[in-house]
Amino acid sequence: MGDSTHMPAGRRRTTMTGAEATAEAMRQIHPDVVAAYPITPQTDIVMRFARFVSDGVVQTEFVPVESEHSAISAVLGASAAGARAMTATSGPGFALMHEILYVVAGYRLPVVMPVANRALSGPINIHGDHSDTMGSRDAGWIQIFSENAQEAYDNLIQAVRIAEHPSVRLPVMVTQDGFIITHGMEIVETLADEEVRQFVGTYEPERSLLDVDHPMTVGALALQNSYFELKRQLAEAMAASRRIIADVGEAFGRLSGRYYGLTESYRMEDAELAILALGSTAGTAKVVVDELRARGQKVGLVKVRVFRPFPAAHLRDLLRHVRALAVLDRSDGYAGMGGPVFAEVKAALYGLPQGPVITNYVYGLGGRDITPEMIESVYADLGELARRASKEPERVVAEAALTPHYLGVREPDGALISALGALQLNGER
Amino acid sequence: MSVVKKTMPAEKEASVTLPWTRMAEGGLVPRGGTAASVRTGAWRTGQMPVLDLEACIHCLRCWIWCPDSAVLLDGEKVSGIDYDHCKGCGICAQVCPPKVHAIQMVAEEVEG
Ligand code: SF4
Ligand code: SF4
Repeated sequence: MGDSTHMPAGRRRTTMTGAEATAEAMRQIHPDVVAAYPITPQTDIVMRFARFVSDGVVQTEFVPVESEHSAISAVLGASAAGARAMTATSGPGFALMHEILYVVAGYRLPVVMPVANRALSGPINIHGDHSDTMGSRDAGWIQIFSENAQEAYDNLIQAVRIAEHPSVRLPVMVTQDGFIITHGMEIVETLADEEVRQFVGTYEPERSLLDVDHPMTVGALALQNSYFELKRQLAEAMAASRRIIADVGEAFGRLSGRYYGLTESYRMEDAELAILALGSTAGTAKVVVDELRARGQKVGLVKVRVFRPFPAAHLRDLLRHVRALAVLDRSDGYAGMGGPVFAEVKAALYGLPQGPVITNYVYGLGGRDITPEMIESVYADLGELARRASKEPERVVAEAALTPHYLGVREPDGALISALGALQLNGER
Repeated sequence: MSVVKKTMPAEKEASVTLPWTRMAEGGLVPRGGTAASVRTGAWRTGQMPVLDLEACIHCLRCWIWCPDSAVLLDGEKVSGIDYDHCKGCGICAQVCPPKVHAIQMVAEEVEG
């Protein structure tokens, strides 16, 4: 879409990058205010949207700011003033927003923000991993991960309705893996403009700072006698949003044929070995699951679509009967209890009378590829783990939970991963 | 320098006893001007501004610069300091023209 032509209003099925699909969703959502600063690989989203603004395709007030701290601050102000406000960011820009992310959530402002997941330097790296958004996982934002461009588009439209729902009123970030999704070209089915307009509805804020007849104070001091209660409220709203997210996913399914829940389980019915992943890696893993299933192996995949609020109860149900589980983390805890997803999954499954042996693979830092072969090797490892665990459960469970594996990193002996020692990454040694 | 006793009693914290279920969402306060009831003067420690109205030329620099709107006006003339809201930062004394020197920061003791 190199020129400035306006999209036709009907449903379309066309090739798009994740960034393009996201900008298209933003055009159809037609927010009142967008404030943004360009940062790779988010730039393509905002650049496309800015073009819609300059071409008069949307009447959005666009605020080009001098940093991401200002972008999220401007959006906070606009949202408090009663506007449907959005921004977009990535990696270090996201990190620069960290302070204000808490403020937006604390004031219960329904800001929606696409995030192109990117590594946090140093050394300098512009490629995709999840260390940025994981760093703000407890800021009080709903976090929805997208598997591909289609989901980046679908999730963003749902995010508006989730954020603004009267019993939620929380900011929502919709992530997509930097470059892998933002810049990868895929077939995307977009809804008609009118369908999106109706789905997100008109935003009618309960209160607005611009309503001079009903003045209000936003950002008052809340000290020892009130702050804690307000944070408790926030936690409760996050927990309650699980139901709304599921309802919106269902409503979106009725409209588009694409249904969404907090998690997605892929061939998990009778799975004995399972991988749990977020983002684009879930798509790669599905291919591997199909191949292994064709060979008669009882393997499955659990995709965590919504990382905040964490779908703990869903995971307990889904994973209760699994023998061995590998949690794939695209960010590391650096000698913490493994990656952040691993730590949460373990906590979620705590106390199950018959849970899986759980182990952790940190992979893909700084945009390092994850291949189907690597994922296959993880399933092979899981088979071995399940066998050993049936003999010496306590020792194997402890060992698996305390030893993170690094998937796809060059080890001194040249092996990238334990089970498929011969694998090499693009010939790099 | 004379020691002035702080006259304002420390503001009693507005007692908030509501459970979390009944507090306004996000801590929004559904009215304006609420800063007036927060007695920032209670934060003053050590120093307070004293205004010499004989010397004052009513240039209003102190009024413009005071971060707490604690410089009081009568029409277009400075008339005093609102010690309930003056937190004793001394900015007014700094911006008052040196030749005029109508504001002095003086030591203050907290009562009891
Ligand atoms: S000391 Fe500070 S707060 Fe008090 S009147 Fe002067 S400028 Fe205002
Ligand atoms: S700055 Fe000094 S001279 Fe000017 S109005 Fe204030 S007290 Fe008076």
